[in-house]
This record gives sequence, C-alpha cells and structure tokens, in this order.
Amino acid sequence: MEKRLEDRHANTRESERPLIEVKNLKQYFPVSDGLFRTKYVKAVDDVSFYINKGETLGLVGESGCGKTTTGRSLLRLYEPTGGKIFYDGEDITHADMMPYRRKMQIVFQDPYASLNPRMTIADIVGEPIDIHKLAHSKKERSERIMEMLDRVGLNSEHANRYPHEFSGGQRQRVGIARALAVDPEFIVCDEPVSALDVSIQAQIVNMFEELQEEMGLTYLFIAHDLSVVKHISNRIGVMYLGKLVELAESYELTFHSVHPYTRSLISAIPIPDPEVSRQRKRIVLEGDVPSPLDPPSGCRFRTRCPYADELCAREEPEFREISKGHFAACHHLDRVQ
Amino acid sequence: MSDVLLDIKNLRLSFFTPAGEVKALNDVTFKMHEGDVLGIVGESGSGKSVTAYSIMGLVPFPGKIIGGTIDFNGHRINDMTEKQMRDIRGNEVSIIFQDPMTSLNPVYTIGNQIREVILLHTDMNKEQANERALELLTLVGINEPEKRLNQYPHELSGGMRQRVMIAIALACEPKLLIADEPTTALDVTIQAQIIELMMELKEKINMSIIIITHDLGVVANMCDKIVVMYGGKIVETGTSDEIFYSPRHEYTKGLLRSVPNLNTKSHEKLVPIEGTPLDMLNPPAGCPFAPRCDKCMKICLREMPEYSKLSDTHECACWLLQKEAFEAAAGGEN
Repeated sequence: MEKRLEDRHANTRESERPLIEVKNLKQYFPVSDGLFRTKYVKAVDDVSFYINKGETLGLVGESGCGKTTTGRSLLRLYEPTGGKIFYDGEDITHADMMPYRRKMQIVFQDPYASLNPRMTIADIVGEPIDIHKLAHSKKERSERIMEMLDRVGLNSEHANRYPHEFSGGQRQRVGIARALAVDPEFIVCDEPVSALDVSIQAQIVNMFEELQEEMGLTYLFIAHDLSVVKHISNRIGVMYLGKLVELAESYELTFHSVHPYTRSLISAIPIPDPEVSRQRKRIVLEGDVPSPLDPPSGCRFRTRCPYADELCAREEPEFREISKGHFAACHHLDRVQ
Repeated sequence: MSDVLLDIKNLRLSFFTPAGEVKALNDVTFKMHEGDVLGIVGESGSGKSVTAYSIMGLVPFPGKIIGGTIDFNGHRINDMTEKQMRDIRGNEVSIIFQDPMTSLNPVYTIGNQIREVILLHTDMNKEQANERALELLTLVGINEPEKRLNQYPHELSGGMRQRVMIAIALACEPKLLIADEPTTALDVTIQAQIIELMMELKEKINMSIIIITHDLGVVANMCDKIVVMYGGKIVETGTSDEIFYSPRHEYTKGLLRSVPNLNTKSHEKLVPIEGTPLDMLNPPAGCPFAPRCDKCMKICLREMPEYSKLSDTHECACWLLQKEAFEAAAGGEN
C-alpha cells in the first residue's frame, strides 16, 4: 500500500505541462460601509499554483480563508480582480467560457441546495447535455443520462424521481453525474463530502478516486477536513485569510510541514485513536481568524502566531520554494519547531 | 466506583407523524457515573440527539416517550411535570446545541441572556447576577468580558458564540452538561479550543459530560465511555479503548474503517459501509443494521439480538456474538 502513495507522487513529478495554472489570482469583493466609501474584502489575494493533468490538488483552510472563492474564480464564476488563469496553456482570464465549460465542471458542497427541487434527476443530469448539444436524438440523450447515472452508482429507476426522494449521499451522486455529463477534464470539488455522514463520505471519496482512474480526471479538491484531503490529494495547499501559506506533496505536508499555521491546523485535527490522541501534543491557537475586511499588516497570520515579531508586522513574507516542490510563506522558518 | 448519575432503562420514544409512527428510540439502556465523559456516536437519524433531548425533557412534538425510565440525580425525569422540569433544566442539567448561530436570541444582549438563567435559578439580585455573568465569560476565555456583556450575538464570531452558550450552560454549575455536536459548525482550530475548554471546566466544577457527535476523532479525544447508536438502538457500548481497539459490532467496525486517518503514512483505500442510511418509517424487523451489514444472516433480518456481555464495561448486540457463544458452549460440552 505504501507503494501506491509513492506512485501517486511519482505522477506529479513526471508530468509535462500543467492543465491548470493560476498566476497571482486576486478576487476582491466590494463592501459598502453604509456611507460613500467602498471597502474591499480581499477574499483571494495573490494566489499562484498549478495542477497537472490527472492530478488532485487539495485546498484546505478554515471558513473564510478563500478556498471556495479560489475554486469559483478559477472557473470564472466570478470575474477575477487581477491575475491570470491558464487552461492547458491558453489564457482564459478574459476568454469566452462556453467551450471551456465543457471541460471544467464543479461539484458543490451542499447536495440539498444545489439540485433544483422541481426537476427530475434525468432533467438535472440532462441539462448540461442539452446546453452543450451533446445528444442528437432523444434516444441518445436518455442513453447518455443512464450511462452517467450508472457511472455514479445510481440506476435507471432513479431517473424519473425528484431530489427530495434521495438521501444526502445519493444527491451528491446526482451532482457528480451532472458534472460528468459533459465529459469534463477538470472538476472543482467544493467540499463535496462535508455535508454527508461519515459512513457515506467514504463511498463518495472512493467514487471520486475511481472516476479519476477511469476517466483521467484532474481535481481541485476543496475541504476543511485535512484527513479527507490528505487521503485523496497528490499535493495540498493551505490557505489562510486569502493567501496560500504552504503547498507541498500531501505526505510531505502532513508529516513535515514547516509553516506555523499548517502545524497548528494539523495538530488540531482530532485523531480517531485514543492512544494517539492521549499522547499527542496540541498547538492550540489563540483567538479567531481576523476579519478579511481589515487584515493584519505584513504576514496575515502574525496575530495568532507564536513566532511573530515586528518583522512580520512590517513585511509580508514571500511564498518561496524551500525544498523541491515545497513552498511556504514565513519569515521565521528556521525558528519554527 | 462513584455514584450513578444518570440511569436510562428501556427507553422507547416514537414520533407520531402523519406518515406513520417513527420509532426514534427503541429500548435504549445505559448508565452514567458522576464525573464520566460519555460519547454518543451515530449517524443522522440514529437517535442520538433525541436521547439527549429526552434527558432534558425537551422531546419535540410529535414525539412521545412511550416506555422506559430516565433517572437523573434522584429525579425520575419522565414522570415530572413541566414546572418541576423547569427547576432542574439549566440548573442541574444543561445543554449546548449544535449551532451557535441560531441558539442564541438575536434581539437580547449576551449579558441579558446569561443573567436570565442566573436570576431564574438562584436568589441573586441583578447586580450579583451581573458579577456572575462577568465571571462566567472570563471562565470560558472570552476577552474583554465587560464589553461583550452589552453586545449582541451577531457581533461575535462562531467560536465566541459557542463559548457564550457554554457560559450560559454552566451558569448554575450543572451536574451534567449535554453537548449536542458542540463543534460540528466550527473550524478545527476553534474546535480544539472548545474541546480543551470543556475538559478544563469539567475538572474545575466537577461535572459530567455527554457529548453527542459523529466525529470519531472528537470522541477518541474526550470520552471515557462510548455508546454507539444505529437506527434508534444502542448497538455497542464500551470504554473508548474497547470501542476503538476491539470493536465487536459490524457497524462500529465499518465506521472505524471508513474514516481516513491523518496518521497513516500509506495510501489505503477507504472501506465504506455500503448502502444508504435507514428509512426510519420502515425499519427492518430485526437488527437495524442488517440491510447494510455484509455478514448479515437470516436471523438478523427477523429478530433483534440480545446484548452479549464482553466485559464489565463492554456490551454489544450482534447475532454473530450469540452464535460464537453458542458454538463455544456446544464445543465445551463435547
């Protein structure tokens, strides 16, 4: 089994041109303060990364850190404030998205809110097929719908039912079938398992992995649960207040993280093993995440960081490569224990 | 061993819905001693929250307790009137709800909501109550407590609101604190703070805690004793070591196999529990887990198994154990 993890990592290294590349992505949202001034919430601020073909990049962070916004801006569901997005080498920052929508899809977090309650399962899965004119006859359309449902472990009896007749896990399967209906190459999975029961989560996570193997999919897997992300991803990026603070291969990140935020995040995750959790030392962070309307100067983590000093308040640390493929943004990497 | 604080026997509770009777709890029996931290684990619809609400006397309409007894600290809860119940609720037993966003009243200040509990249950006057409220906010680690007293819930973050909820729950130093998924809506770093806080306070005022959760990690971290529920029935109880290291029920085993562990170094495939959660309107006649169990036998579909006693603290209801015991007995005779 150890070998499989290495294989996954080997994949990362050898691949050629990245499928997705994001350079200095910025996404600001205007917020009026009630008078005449407008402030900006810098939801994503200067984030760069790439995703290779067939790879899964995990994105973790606490609520409000900008991970969902990153996924959505990347699909141009929001118009990015700055930066560039490349798909397979082509700049799509201002391109007409229609041809790309077929290749880039999304699975949403909440399976209760992301399916139209008035549409049957067949129509929900059929909608993207209609929009992209992928079926030339009614028969072809329904065959394609059945094929998709079959692929996600639902059967033809389900096609004429409505979303409310399904459990959370089954609904998430419908959401995945809808994303798969156009034969995409890349899927943004935005917290696809957070709303599901533990015993069902594993079913869906396994399905994502199987589909990736079968169809050669590339994923951006967003979640706040690092144990799930570590399980499915080749590489993981950690975000804090709109910034990437650390990015590395998933094994490297879970066992040899260097950024103080990543370390405290990892130590805060409860481990389902009483012996281990009794012995583990936790780094409990003080306080809450500051408001993104008014982020701290310099390093954004400094208000909760045990290593912070006045250099951190003055200067923003650079997001640099500290060893091959391992990036981190911190002034005091040498001091972090 | 310390005194028994809570003793639930054969509790049965049903919701009488227009679509039919939903048996939310079916013969739930467990005991809790003073100073224990007990975890109730199960998926949505397993009856874990309803168990907690029935201890608080807060069973929502159209639910009704139709059998069994709940004895808490010398009171028989299910025989009490609403008025008697009000005396102990918030005083001897209190609850923290899952969602700190919706469980505080948005139109009253934090101070007002903490004082309300104190004024209701003690003879303190308003000023003393205010002092006590300040003390409580400090106890749960809220900075600038004086300022917070006059703030409204929307001015606080999720973690702070949950701390306020805990402050309210602790106002009268209850014997038992029930925490219904107290950290599910919170981020992991905040979750760690809240768990640490609850464990500290437990030592300080010597209370017992029931924690209801679906997160096995949280349970492993906090609990001495664990109750695993499925489909309105307790399927296994034991100390946390027994549940995590020698689970006997197929559901418990499946649950443990299906969580990704951050500590495993290799990439192992997760083993999910196949099938979908139980439809509580049409539960199977036998073991509730039988339809999803891959070791299911004929008898599992027909009859609920008895509990097998595996140690003083470890009990499990599964036909496989009955079969084992029977075979061992038969083997011994020959």
